[in-house]
Amino acid sequence: MEFAELIRTPRVDNVVLHRPFYPAVEGTLCLTGHHLILSSRQDNTEELWLLHSNIDAIDKRFVGPLGTIIIKCKDFRIIQLDIPGMEECLNIASSIETSEWRLSYVNKEFAVCPSYPPIVIVPKSIDDEALRKVATFRHGGRFPVLSYYHKKNGMVIMRSGQPLTGTNGRRCKEDEKLINATLRAGKRGYIIDTRSLTVAQQARAKGGGFEQEAHYPQWRRIHKSIERYHILQESLIKLVEACNDQTHNMDRWLSKLEASNWLTHIKEILTTACLAAQCIDREGASILIHGTEGTDSTLQVTSLAQIILEPRSRTIRGFEALIEREWLQAGHPFQQRCAQSAYCNSKQKWESPVFLLFLDCVWQILRQFPCSFEFNENFLIMLFEHAYASQFGTFLGNNESERCKLKLQQKTMSLWSWVNRPSELRKFTSPLFEANNLVIWPSVAPQSLHLWEGIFLRWNRSSKYLDEAYEEMVNIIEYNKELQAKVNILRRQLAELETEDGMQESP
Amino acid sequence: MEHIRTTKVEQVKLLDRFSTSNKALTGTLYLTATHLLFIDSHQKETWILHHHIASVEKLALTTSGCPLVIQCKNFRIVHFIVPRERDCHDIYNSLLQLSKQAKYEDLYAFSYNPKQNDSERLRGWQLIDLAEEYKRMGVPNSNWQLSDANREYKICETYPRELYVPRIASKPIIVGSSKFRSKGRFPVLSYYHREKEAAVCRCSQPLSGFSARCLEDEHLLQAISKANPVNRYMYVMDTRPKHRMQSWWATQKDIGRIIVRISSKIWNDEKIRESHEQKRLNAMANRAAGKGYENEDNYSNIRFQFVGIENIHVMRSSLQKLLEVNGTKGLSVNDFYSGLESSGWLRHIKAVMDAAIFLTKAIMIENASVLVHCSDGWDRTSQVCSLGSLLLDSFYRTIRGFMVLIEKDWISFGHKFSERCGHLDSDPKEVSPVFTQFLECVWHLTEQFPQAFEFNEAFLLQIHEHIYSCQFGNFLGNCQKEREELKLKEKTYSLWPFLLDDQKKYLNPLYSPKSQAVAVLEPNTVSFNFKFWRNMYHQFDRTLHPRQSVFNIIMNMNEQNKQLENDIKDLESKIKQHKNKQTDGVLTKELLHSVRPESPTLKTSLCFKEQTLLPVNDALRTIEGSNPADNRY
Repeated sequence: MEFAELIRTPRVDNVVLHRPFYPAVEGTLCLTGHHLILSSRQDNTEELWLLHSNIDAIDKRFVGPLGTIIIKCKDFRIIQLDIPGMEECLNIASSIETSEWRLSYVNKEFAVCPSYPPIVIVPKSIDDEALRKVATFRHGGRFPVLSYYHKKNGMVIMRSGQPLTGTNGRRCKEDEKLINATLRAGKRGYIIDTRSLTVAQQARAKGGGFEQEAHYPQWRRIHKSIERYHILQESLIKLVEACNDQTHNMDRWLSKLEASNWLTHIKEILTTACLAAQCIDREGASILIHGTEGTDSTLQVTSLAQIILEPRSRTIRGFEALIEREWLQAGHPFQQRCAQSAYCNSKQKWESPVFLLFLDCVWQILRQFPCSFEFNENFLIMLFEHAYASQFGTFLGNNESERCKLKLQQKTMSLWSWVNRPSELRKFTSPLFEANNLVIWPSVAPQSLHLWEGIFLRWNRSSKYLDEAYEEMVNIIEYNKELQAKVNILRRQLAELETEDGMQESP
Repeated sequence: MEHIRTTKVEQVKLLDRFSTSNKALTGTLYLTATHLLFIDSHQKETWILHHHIASVEKLALTTSGCPLVIQCKNFRIVHFIVPRERDCHDIYNSLLQLSKQAKYEDLYAFSYNPKQNDSERLRGWQLIDLAEEYKRMGVPNSNWQLSDANREYKICETYPRELYVPRIASKPIIVGSSKFRSKGRFPVLSYYHREKEAAVCRCSQPLSGFSARCLEDEHLLQAISKANPVNRYMYVMDTRPKHRMQSWWATQKDIGRIIVRISSKIWNDEKIRESHEQKRLNAMANRAAGKGYENEDNYSNIRFQFVGIENIHVMRSSLQKLLEVNGTKGLSVNDFYSGLESSGWLRHIKAVMDAAIFLTKAIMIENASVLVHCSDGWDRTSQVCSLGSLLLDSFYRTIRGFMVLIEKDWISFGHKFSERCGHLDSDPKEVSPVFTQFLECVWHLTEQFPQAFEFNEAFLLQIHEHIYSCQFGNFLGNCQKEREELKLKEKTYSLWPFLLDDQKKYLNPLYSPKSQAVAVLEPNTVSFNFKFWRNMYHQFDRTLHPRQSVFNIIMNMNEQNKQLENDIKDLESKIKQHKNKQTDGVLTKELLHSVRPESPTLKTSLCFKEQTLLPVNDALRTIEGSNPADNRY
């Protein structure tokens, strides 16, 4: 996430400023790199110049379309801004609030955390020295970093590796400070551990562990259990095997499908992502997510939560950015996980369809909200294919550090540069898409989850009739657009003729 | 209404079936003569027809009130909490009475009044004309004729008056055969394939016992096979499965007395032959009990084939198991699939589908006529004949054609709707979801062939709704004779014209008449093609459905396209007139203002007020009901 990107609305007109003992001032609100400025743009009236760093707390309220921001300053001053249009208000607020965050180059040489990118976003109040200390306390050096900022209410998703508490309950003051720095005064947050409590407890014996409530009193820990590694790989193998045998009778097919546990994993991952999104959007609480390494189930959850919360991540570019950010930059070891798929006999323990499960979860949400995604199923299938085998460099290597060493940017082509060509994009664009700004809550009931036929039955049956039906659907939509355009042209034409007639008649 | 003691209860809570947060809507419950109505604080109405109620249960009193759980035949389950136990008890008792009527005349259809006059009503009943349908198929013709043998229901009470039989089958042969067949249901024509000149016939099982023969019956079968000029061989499909008789079989000490003649003339595949033989053994066991199947030795030119569809009792308990599993709160994926498996439901659906495919292949590939029967020939036989016809003939895949199909193979041939649907307070062992299974098979076909059907899922759901609603006369009674005695055509209305009036709702926007070129559907019945029909069994569980329906969008867009096409025509003609006028210098004022601005509002039909079919959003792209509290995370 580019920092500058977060300043969305640099200027808003018709803002009313209320200050104690002063008459209200109407004017234009501007945001600069350092200041919030309100000017009436008239002579002899005061302008308000407020340093971002002076802002201690911000409240916002909506009364109808009118938004109100109350800014509480460190010098105890309290001012109120009435801003027309809620949207602007949100943008302004988020622009201001991100002054709580900064970019850190502490990992420039990949020395602090080999699986992190060179630049990460961290709380402003935490300096690089502290980050280095926290890195020694987190698995793989993966100190907590910002994964997602929810503009609507300023809550965040952070992710990290597990804390290395070990059996004797080690703690790290800087870690506690870092995590708490993400909370507003009086707010509580949630730590979502993607492992069950038992697994997390067992991890202590190997030097890992989880956050003790005593040391993180403002945080509530929730354990979920998302499976990892070979369990997922076995699940995939069983599922593919079941799908490939056409001779199964009904009972056998259903029991094989069940025994593969694939949809159970889907449900578990989706449920955890929904829970994370719920904490952010409904409870107004920030969250930290981690499992063991923070490179697998953690990323499934952080990325899916963004699909649910953030409309942009449901567009093609947004989804590409999400994959870049939450999977490639975040250090999901694609090389290891996708080395082999369901048919290979030599099973290595690090092979695991983590990314495929993520794509499957996205597909499940897409099925439930077909109009909320700019891309279609083919886009997801294409990504699956390229994650496992690709002529592009994008999914090579296990993290940024490796990709730098391999000089992939110089030596290979990026998948995105190919995908984003208009001729390719057309294949991946959903004709049903209509952007909405809503948070989308999928159903995770077993009756709502489906086997992803486009992946698992793809080579086992003809999809001729389904493809033709899809074509027909596209035709109807395109025809609709054509007709509407034509009607508009004709209406205009008629209106012109009518005015001409009118003119002829009047003399 | 003497059964209604309390007509209105306030402060009633309606619980969400799948929500764990015990989220509830508070509102007022009304009891009318025909419906139970709940209006919540947002003025949203939930209508439940008394006839739809399958069971009412009063649970133990809780602190918040008295829970009342109502299960409906359309798979709606509502959970009310009534504040005072007395009110709850009154409603409970009333509903028990109202949902189980003792006589037909008390059913809704006899009081339902859609404000039509007698001639409109009569026209409604004449909408579907089976004589026309047989004509469309190509009968009567040189081989098939209309028989008047059953004109007065003298031979078979459960058959219609008009039956088509081979021209060479004389009346004595028909009468003789009917005496040999269970309930007198002798072999008659169900579908005639004009192009192949092959026939689908139906009947009940022969009462053959171990050795009994019936020459007339043998003659009739021979007449059927002779009516096919291309292939003299005909298939006799017994739709029953083998293991139904296995318990009986096990008790027989003298199995050795029964000589099994292994026949391999049909099947080369070893496996199929084996199971075929086993099925044969079991039917043979049935035959020993006095009922049975045709002995190939006595009938010339027949090929005997078993397909394994279970009986009504198995189907009933299968559905019960399925519903139990799916009703569980917080159901896990594994429990769902193991429940789906152990219920056997999809296995049964597949069996029906496979049977229909067998029939289709016999006709299309071997050009052979087929005679289908089960025991009485009104359940499994109806399923197989109707589904087979649907695969063979694209007419039945249109809205009107589907109505004709139901009239033909289900209503007229005496599928016992009233008993199977439990319209009256009668033997619960006669209730069975046989017709529901047929609809589900059709739904599976629409999934595999999205462009082959003129109608959509909502059409199937609406029909399902009305086989239980008792609002229209079509499905009342168990056979045509009974319907005539009830004077349904004078006293009730037919469903079909109402569905046709509302046709727009039921059109499949992707339907492509060009797919009629693919006249015969060849579905793939690999197990993974069968899916749980969520929109049927969870139709009313809003939270389980996709929040945006592609289908609705396309449907509306299709409608809009038609409107736009008209608008374009309008506009073009107006522009043309204007141009002419400009040259003529003549101006007609009214034309200027008559451009239609918006599409006209669609006529909404009053008679379907109480149903919310597919409760997906009506508004195009809203995400109604998308709420984390609705889901369990």
